[in-house]
This record gives sequence, C-alpha cells and structure tokens, in this order.
Amino acid sequence: MTTETLAPSARAAAPKVKSELMQQRIRAARLFLIPMLIALAVVAGWPLLRSIYFSFTDASLSNLEAAQWIGFGNYFRWTVLESGTVRYRGLLVDPAWWNAVWNTVRFAFLSVLFEAVLGMMVALVLNAEFKGRGIVRAAILIPWAIPTIVSARMWGWMLNDQFGILNDLGMRLGLLSQKVAWTATADTAMTAVLIVDIWKTTPFMALLILAGLQMIPKDIYEAAEIDGVHPVKQFFKITLPLVRPALMVAIIFRLLDALRIFDLIYVLTPNSASTKTMSVLARENLFDFDKFAYGSAMSTLLFLIIALLTILYIWLGQVKFDGGDR
Amino acid sequence: MAAIELRNVRKSFGMVDVIKGVDLEVRKGEFMVFVGPSGCGKSTLLRLISGLEDITSGDMLFDGKLVNALAPSKRGIAMVFQSYALYPHMTVYENMAFGLTLEKGKGKEEIRQRVEKAADMLQIRQYLDRLPKQLSGGQRQRVAIGRAITRDPKVFLFDEPLSNLDAALRVATRIEIAKLHESMDHVTMIYVTHDQVEAMTLADRICVLRDGYVEQVGTPMELYERPDSIFVAGFIGSPKMNFIAGDKAEKFGCKTLGIRGEHMDVSADGIWEGTVIHTENLGADSYVYLDMGQEEPIVVRLDGTATYQSGAVVKVSPQEERIHRFDADGKPIR
Amino acid sequence: MGATFDLWKATKWVLFYLLVAVIVVVSVFPFYYAILTSFKTGTALFQVNYWPTSFSLDNYWNVLNSGSFPRNLLNSIFVSSVTVILALFLAITASFALARVRFRGRGLLLLTILGISMFPQMAVLAGLFEVIRALGIYNTPWALIFSYTIFTLPFTVWVLTTFMRDLPVEIEEAAIVDGASPWVIITRVFMPLMWPALVTTGILAFIGAWNEFLFALTFTSNNDTRTVPVAIALLSGSTQYEIPWGNIMAASVIVTVPLVILVLVFQRKIVSGLTAGGVKG
Repeated sequence: MTTETLAPSARAAAPKVKSELMQQRIRAARLFLIPMLIALAVVAGWPLLRSIYFSFTDASLSNLEAAQWIGFGNYFRWTVLESGTVRYRGLLVDPAWWNAVWNTVRFAFLSVLFEAVLGMMVALVLNAEFKGRGIVRAAILIPWAIPTIVSARMWGWMLNDQFGILNDLGMRLGLLSQKVAWTATADTAMTAVLIVDIWKTTPFMALLILAGLQMIPKDIYEAAEIDGVHPVKQFFKITLPLVRPALMVAIIFRLLDALRIFDLIYVLTPNSASTKTMSVLARENLFDFDKFAYGSAMSTLLFLIIALLTILYIWLGQVKFDGGDR
Repeated sequence: MAAIELRNVRKSFGMVDVIKGVDLEVRKGEFMVFVGPSGCGKSTLLRLISGLEDITSGDMLFDGKLVNALAPSKRGIAMVFQSYALYPHMTVYENMAFGLTLEKGKGKEEIRQRVEKAADMLQIRQYLDRLPKQLSGGQRQRVAIGRAITRDPKVFLFDEPLSNLDAALRVATRIEIAKLHESMDHVTMIYVTHDQVEAMTLADRICVLRDGYVEQVGTPMELYERPDSIFVAGFIGSPKMNFIAGDKAEKFGCKTLGIRGEHMDVSADGIWEGTVIHTENLGADSYVYLDMGQEEPIVVRLDGTATYQSGAVVKVSPQEERIHRFDADGKPIR
Repeated sequence: MGATFDLWKATKWVLFYLLVAVIVVVSVFPFYYAILTSFKTGTALFQVNYWPTSFSLDNYWNVLNSGSFPRNLLNSIFVSSVTVILALFLAITASFALARVRFRGRGLLLLTILGISMFPQMAVLAGLFEVIRALGIYNTPWALIFSYTIFTLPFTVWVLTTFMRDLPVEIEEAAIVDGASPWVIITRVFMPLMWPALVTTGILAFIGAWNEFLFALTFTSNNDTRTVPVAIALLSGSTQYEIPWGNIMAASVIVTVPLVILVLVFQRKIVSGLTAGGVKG
C-alpha cells in the first residue's frame, strides 16, 4: 500500500486491499450462506431440473429409472396415419390442458379482482378510527388462520345441496327458488370455489393494503378536508394513487398464489371438470393416471407461466434489493 | 512520534468521494476535535480511523505502524457513538464487560475490577445492575463512555456524543469529558462535532473540515485569531464573524474584510454608519444588528447594558489590529 | 338545517356500523357454524340451525379415539416444529449475511430467494418425488420436513432479512469495536434483540407447514404417516352419502382452535410479519 508516488486516479484503479474487518465479514457471510444455499439447491433447484428433464422423457411412476429421452414428444408430436391424415398429440393440443389453463386464469383473475376490491373496503374500514376496531381486526384474521383444507370442508358443508345452511338462508331470504348443488353442478362449482377463496384470502389482502394506507401521512387528509375535497374525490385523488404501490405488489403476490391453487379445488370440487386447474390436472397425471412424464410437462409449463409473472412482480414492485447499511 | 498519522487518505463510496486526500497528525495524549458543517466528512474520517470503514487509498499509521487493514478491535481504540449504542438486553455491567469477555485470557475478577474502576470514575456504580432503558439519556451516555474506558484504549473516539442530550446536560457532560481527558493524559482523544462551541472548549487542537478536505488545523486560539480562510473565520466564533465587501473592504486593501462583533466599538467618530435592525439582549452582552448595505446584517457585540432603538443610526469602528483581510480566493492577506 | 345534518350523520354512522357488522359476521360465521355442527349428532346434524340447539361431545370423542387422527395430530406437530426450527436455524445466519454484509451478488441472491418463495410447488413435485424416494424417506415425516423447506426457508430468510436490516447499525459497530466476530454479533447481540421477530416468523412458518396439503398428500401413503390436513380431506364414510360431517367438523375445530388462538394472541406481530414479507420487500 505504499504507492504514494502514483497519481490519485491510478491509485484508485489499483486493486484494493480489503481490510481484515471486511475480509472477516465476507468470509463469515459466505460461511453463513452456504448451508442455506445447499438446502435450497437440494429441495428446489435439483428437483426443478429433474421435473423439467422428466417432461422430455417417457418416464412412468412405477419405473422412473428407465426414463428415456424423447424430446418434445410430451408437448407436441404428430403421427401420419396410413390413410394420410395427420394426428396431432401432446400437451399443446390437449383440450383437457387448455380447459385447465382457462379455469386457472379465470379463477385467478376473478378471485384477485374481488379480493382487491373487498380487501380495499375492509382496509378502509380498519383504517378509520372507531370503537371496536380491534375486534374487527381480530375477526378478519380468523379466515386467514383457518387451514385451507379445513375451510374447504367447512364451506363444503355449508354449501351442501341437501343440508347446507347457505341454501337454507337463500330460500328463507327468497334469493333462491330451489336448493342448489353448489359444488357438484358444473355451472356453480367455480362460484363455490371463488366464494371460499375470496372469504379466506380477502383478510390477507386487506392487511397488506392497510399497511400501505397507514403509511399515508394523516395531514394530507386534514389539508384536503380544509380545502373542502369531497371524501369520494379524496379516495380517488389521494388514497388510491398513494396506496397503489402496496396494492400492486399485493395483487401480483396474490395472483401468483392463485395461479398455483390446488388444495381448495382438490377438496371442495373433486373431479369437476369446470374447476380443474393446471396444478390439479398436473398432479392427477403425475400420480393418479401414471402419466408421469406428461404431468411433468404440465408442471413445467405452469412453472414457466409463473416464472414470467414473478419477473413482472419484481419489475412492478420495484423491490429494493440493495437496502441495508452493511 | 504521532499517535495517529494520516497520509493522503481518501475515501469514496462508489462514485462519491467523501474524503479527498487528508494529511493529518494527531499527537499522543492530545484532544483533537474534528469540526465542520454536515456532509464535510468529519464522521467518515473518524470511522476510517476506527477501522469501521476501509480507506480507499493512502496510509494510516498508529504509533508509526501501518494499520490500513487492521481490524478495529486490534487498533487499541474505543468508540462512543452518537446514539450511545448500548446493548439493550444487557445490564450496565454486562455492557461494560462485553468487550473484555471476548478477549482471551481475561479472568472474571480482573474484568470486575476494571468495570468497577471505570464505573467509579463516572459515578455510575449504583446503576451497574440496571438495563439501559431504565437510565436517563445522560446516564446512558456515561455508560457508553464507561464502556469505552473499560477497554483501556490508547485512542478514544467520540462521534458527536452530546448531540442527543438537552442543552443543560450537554454542558455538564462536556465538562465531564474535559475532566476525563485531564485524568487520562496519555490517552489520545478524537472528537467529532458540528458545534464549534464544543470544539473551542474541549480541544487541544481543532481540525476544521470542509467538503472532504482539511481546511485548517490548530489550537482554538490560533483558529480564532489567525484563520487560514474565510470559511474557518466564519465557522469559528460566536456570533459569526462579519464579512464586509466593496468599498469599505477596498479601503483596507482587501477583497473581503472580516471583523468579529466583539472587535467593533460604537463611537461618534466611527468610520462606518449603519441602521439598527434589531437588538438581542442576552443579559451579559447584547448583539446589535446593523444594516450597512452588506448582504447580511452586521453584528456588533456590546455589553448587556447597551440598548438601541430599531431604526436608530449608529456609527461604529473596527479595532484595526483585529481586522482580518482576505483576498479574492478567501485566503488571508497577512 | 341542523336537523337534516344530524340525520345525515346518523345515517352515515348506521351504514358504517352495518358494514362493520357484515365484515365481522361473514368472517366469523363459517367457523362458528363448524363449531355448532361439531356438537351435533344423529339427525340433529341434518337440521339447519343458526343457534346452538344441542350439545354433545360425541364427535370429538369419535375423532380422538378412533382411527388415526391422534397420530395425525402428532405427525403435524412434529413435522411443523422440526421444519420451523431447521428453517430458523439456517435463516438467522443467512439473513445476517444478506442484511448486513455487502458482497457482490447480494441483490441477485435475494431475488432468487424471493423467486423460490413464489415457486409453484407443483413445478418441483416430480423431481422431489424422485429425490425423496432415492433418499429412502418416502412415507415418513422426514419426507415432509425435507420438502417443506422449499417454502419455509425462503420465507424465513426473507422476513428475517427485512427485520435484521432495521436493527441499528451503531449497535453492531459497537460490538465490532468490542472485538465481536460476526458469529458473536448474531448470537450474543442480535438474537436477543430479535426474539419478537423470530417468534413471529416462526409462527408464520409454522402455520404454513401446518396447513400444507400437496406435499403431505403426495409423499405419505398411509393413515399413520399422514398429517392433519390430509386426514381431514380424506375423512369419509363408506359411500358418498355417508360423509361424517360431524366428525369432520370436530377434527376441523381441533386443528383450527390452536391456530386461531395463536393468531389472536400474536395479532400485532403477525400483521407486521406478514407485511414485512409481502410489501416492504
């Protein structure tokens, strides 16, 4: 480090000798990160690669070791019959798959839309000062705390066609003319799934939005009040723009979650084609139909879709990755 | 031999240069104060000396030995932080003993003795079993200083230690630190502050920093009487030195004329004339603000009995031997 | 003028509290109804009631004394606890490195961890199945502990990193000057300050593991190794028309009540933990 004769610019460019402290910290950081990285590689990285690999093979559940590479066959292939007609096969021309994609997208879009609107409403209520706010906040945490499977079963019972309380309530209030088999009928199965998911997840949305609302300084509203801005206008001109970053992050966060939905549908509306999502179909193929490779192809496509959306999330959320002081 | 020597030390964070080449010697046993406006790099310089930050280039020597890469704990330093930085979950005793328990070969009894000795010096022995949150701000600051003493450092570093205390406590603690320095005469102390009063009252020597450079190093009286630049002249002393430009300065053969408020006299044959804008009476003395056609009002410091009506016209004269003359670059003409 | 103003105010007040009432009722009612049902037996089960009419603990007795439900409960507790402890152990040191040490690639690493936490579990199911069979832990609790790491570890690392970032820098620097190594800083300075964060993160991760269904369904194959969610999902009578609703509701209440109590007790902390994981980034 005795390079005093050099010009300042040359000194800055010279390789910097790290101090003992920095060396110690970087060494420690490396040591601290390695166990986590190994764990993640073993439980996430490797299995992901294997899943993608299986999607290019003819693997079957009973004999994974014998899997042979077949290229894109699971995704798309064609055979020319003797008669000369060409028959296309594979995931990309499978109507069951596209039905599942459509179901998933429909579910994700509708559930997140309702959750955002209702979540905003609940968040606004919780952001107001009123007696009993603590009780309301505790109450909305209950749906969030209940395991998905349990809520699926609870609602399955409430939505029961013969003895369900919702049919009873609907009839009493004159909303329904006859009892509806919510989970079994193709037309209503998706509605049933949506009701349960919205019930369970709106609290989560509301809490995230509430956190955003509470970051808005109160004096902005006081200033608006003095200027005589109507509350509705206050909401659209002040609240919404200021809470938008938090809202966007929450929405995309939820969207990614909704796209991988499995357990609620598996339990609430089993075997209903009108609610079968990508995850449900993929698992069915992997483990129930013994089409392991075909199911792997499905899960690989699902991964691709969600990976793209994750990148979108990070981009839109403008998540800061370099915060912190050291 | 200098206790600490900096040779052309630079520090940059990414593209931003914070310390732009500092040469400085701190003598053994000296109380050195780094002072300057916010953003001048004084805290960064202290952190470079502590070893908490790496120097980007240049050399740093402790007792003649190169310490560029040495870890803070091996430099023989102790540091008192602005926010006290006490460990909230440890008692006062544990706070003070923590560093010693990490050293190898320190017996329990030895640690106890050293903690108690430091506690006695600062009269905090009765608080040893308390947690930091049970103490007042002033007591916490004493504990922070006590923790530093326990380490028996060769160099004591203070990073704006009084800025979180209220005015009365600040004065009391300032005196405490001055007494501490007297009682530990072989310990070098470096103290960072933005408050020039703290600098003037505590320092053996002051290092004025500005924008990453050392502006001037000297004893408080040297800085007060012979500032090396307009910047130092304006920074040291309260009220701030008056700067007069234009014809009045040219008559004295300079671009800018500096004169302190306490070095001006009101008299009927005064050479300058000004209108009283405002008078502040502080009891012992009073500050009279005059409009003399300069950018800023001119402050004259008079004794407390002086009273002037706003709007009155008064004549003042500078004490000629106290005039500071500066050229166009802000450098003194001597 | 004054009277109409008051009327408008009163209407607003009534509407607001009506909304509050709707929110509370909708949130609580399904759980209330599950409890109500769990106390009913026989034909009472098939009469719709809005208020408690009968009280019988038969369903609870059935669930806890027959079949494998007690075993499933133990499985769930074991799997969730071990998963959380392992994740916290790995995450504390990792999050120190991520929150407190500047090194090249830190941003990318955080990005990867966030990415994995949003991972569709379906995407790794096939590969995990192979790994778990190769390790010989298929149909054991270890298969679940192993696979749950995929979501508990990124989550705990992420949340603890945001918490650790907020700890004052000067306290760490004081420890460095005192001669503390990174390990000492973590164990003797930061950990005691982070207890609330650790508890919060631990509870959230525990809930995640407790509720997990897909892996539990796939990597266990008999009644004795299943966890509670799978057991409840698969509870059924001999035919479609004999679903034992009373038992299901009793089992549901048993697994939910501890969670609800946990969540209500740690309400504030959990809300802050959730938002740290979701919004702050």
